[in-house]
Amino acid sequence: MSELLQFVLSGLTVGAIYAAVALGFTLIYNASGVVNFAQGEFVVIGGMTAAALIGIGVPLPLAILGAVLAGTASGVLLYQFAIRPARNAPLVSLVIITIGASIFIRGAMQTIFDKQIHRYDGFSGDLPIRFGGAAILPQALWIIGGAIAIFAFLAWFMRRTRSGRAIEATSSNRLAATLIGINTRHAVNLSFALSAFIGALAGVLATPITFTSYDAGVLLALKGFSATMLGGVGSPLGALIGGLAIGLIEALTAGYISSSYKDAAAFVIILAVLFLRPQGLLGRRIQERV
Amino acid sequence: MSAGFRIFAVIAVLVIVGALISPSNYYFRVGTLVWINAVSVIGMVVLLGYVGLVSLGHAGFFAIGAYSVVVLPNYGLPPLAAAPVGVALAGLVAYVIGRPILKLSGYYLAIATLGFGILVWMVLTKEAWLTGGPDGGPVAGPNPKYLFRAIGIDMTTAEAWYWICGLVAAIGGGLIANLGQSPTGRAMRALHDSDVAAQSLGVDSARAKSVAFIISALYAATAGVLLSFANGYITPEVGGFMHSVEMVTMAVLGGASSVIGALVGVFLLTVLPQVLTIFAEYEHMILGAIMVLTMVLMRDGLMPAFLNLFKRLGRKS
Repeated sequence: MSELLQFVLSGLTVGAIYAAVALGFTLIYNASGVVNFAQGEFVVIGGMTAAALIGIGVPLPLAILGAVLAGTASGVLLYQFAIRPARNAPLVSLVIITIGASIFIRGAMQTIFDKQIHRYDGFSGDLPIRFGGAAILPQALWIIGGAIAIFAFLAWFMRRTRSGRAIEATSSNRLAATLIGINTRHAVNLSFALSAFIGALAGVLATPITFTSYDAGVLLALKGFSATMLGGVGSPLGALIGGLAIGLIEALTAGYISSSYKDAAAFVIILAVLFLRPQGLLGRRIQERV
Repeated sequence: MSAGFRIFAVIAVLVIVGALISPSNYYFRVGTLVWINAVSVIGMVVLLGYVGLVSLGHAGFFAIGAYSVVVLPNYGLPPLAAAPVGVALAGLVAYVIGRPILKLSGYYLAIATLGFGILVWMVLTKEAWLTGGPDGGPVAGPNPKYLFRAIGIDMTTAEAWYWICGLVAAIGGGLIANLGQSPTGRAMRALHDSDVAAQSLGVDSARAKSVAFIISALYAATAGVLLSFANGYITPEVGGFMHSVEMVTMAVLGGASSVIGALVGVFLLTVLPQVLTIFAEYEHMILGAIMVLTMVLMRDGLMPAFLNLFKRLGRKS
């Protein structure tokens, strides 16, 4: 029983990270119709930058701030230099562009930092907390709390602020949004910035537990996509639920079936979702122009 | 003269010219790599150029070919017999996984193929008893040097592999160019612009996509077999995500819609890393930048961009 509890706790922890990736992915998809394959790279930028800053002795809060800023800036740059110039491009080109951007960021991470695996100490130490026969790291609470905070912030931002509502309007109908005077370009730009911000923050929170390296982004992106597809593309709540579900399934696979194939769980879920319920739990299918 | 024969002749001439200007075995090895990459990227032309589908997992098919000639001989199959079995196996896998995932298009397909590639890569690195694990292992393949000697020509092993791979690329390129002109190829090209429009003209889109997927998988696996034999050593990197990305990049850089365009991309991205040390250092950044810039600045690739330029210049003069 305590074994199961242990798996559930670690599943929820990684699931919260996948949920953050999926939320960022949903945000960009809703605002611009682009599926951003570089989403996992934002997480890596956050983690690697924080590790480097902490490594040279920068205090933790400043390191977090620096890492999140670096991530957010990369999101804006991605939009301005790669996505916006190609906004009328067919979907195949957009896929290749965001893949290219993710490879570019990978290379940049490798050049600016190195090819090593990095981590730093948890924010509240690394002593496990005993909990009903299972143990949980304090950093896991930071991660889960962080994911909840991100979700709550987004819900507030989208409904209550002018900028957030501009993104919502752009998502539901870009032309109509333009007609009532919303600067949709600005809204899409903001969605990239927010999405990268969320990813980088998730990376900063997760690195003490998951570690990070320049090439960690691909698997994160794959899992984030699986989470999005499971939850239903376009639905933020679906992204949250999907992320947690993928994390749980992965942890249970690792615990009861095979730890070397836990990463395969995400792929199997993708296939199952596509077969049984292509619209996911809560969402709609990705619509493509004819 | 059919399009296929013309492409065959062009590649054959390139192979011969390459052989004439190669001063040493090192050059022959680079040339061999060019023609091996050409085989896998020519396969991408069918999928990406003709039908317009992106696969991020074709290194998985490449690896199935490459590892079949390593693994199957352990179970008593001679390497030369293992090669066609491996290629056929890749085709079978493409058929089986293609049926569900080709119902999807665009993003879904890219993600599903990405997952497939990662799955293959996991098997390669984790099942060490079968594949040799992360370190890979030696390949006990045939040596075509003796084949050439039997017909009275003396050459080094590197040179012999160069000719074999060049020949396979020429035949493969010719077949794909012919396919492009055939009814099946035209059906595929019709899908590229609009699935719905093509279907309304009576194109069986599911079948055409599946055929394209299988053909591209067969080409990737053939290239894998050639690489295994020519190198005499294999590592899981051939099945890695970066290799899939390289295939796509080579195809889009030169122009994925034609065999010649693909060859331009293959040549640039195979030879430049050998001559520019900066390439090795910044490989990822350069590959990524090429993908983004090509798609932003000249969506159809280098070849069509150049042809357009020539046309415009010709009209002006």
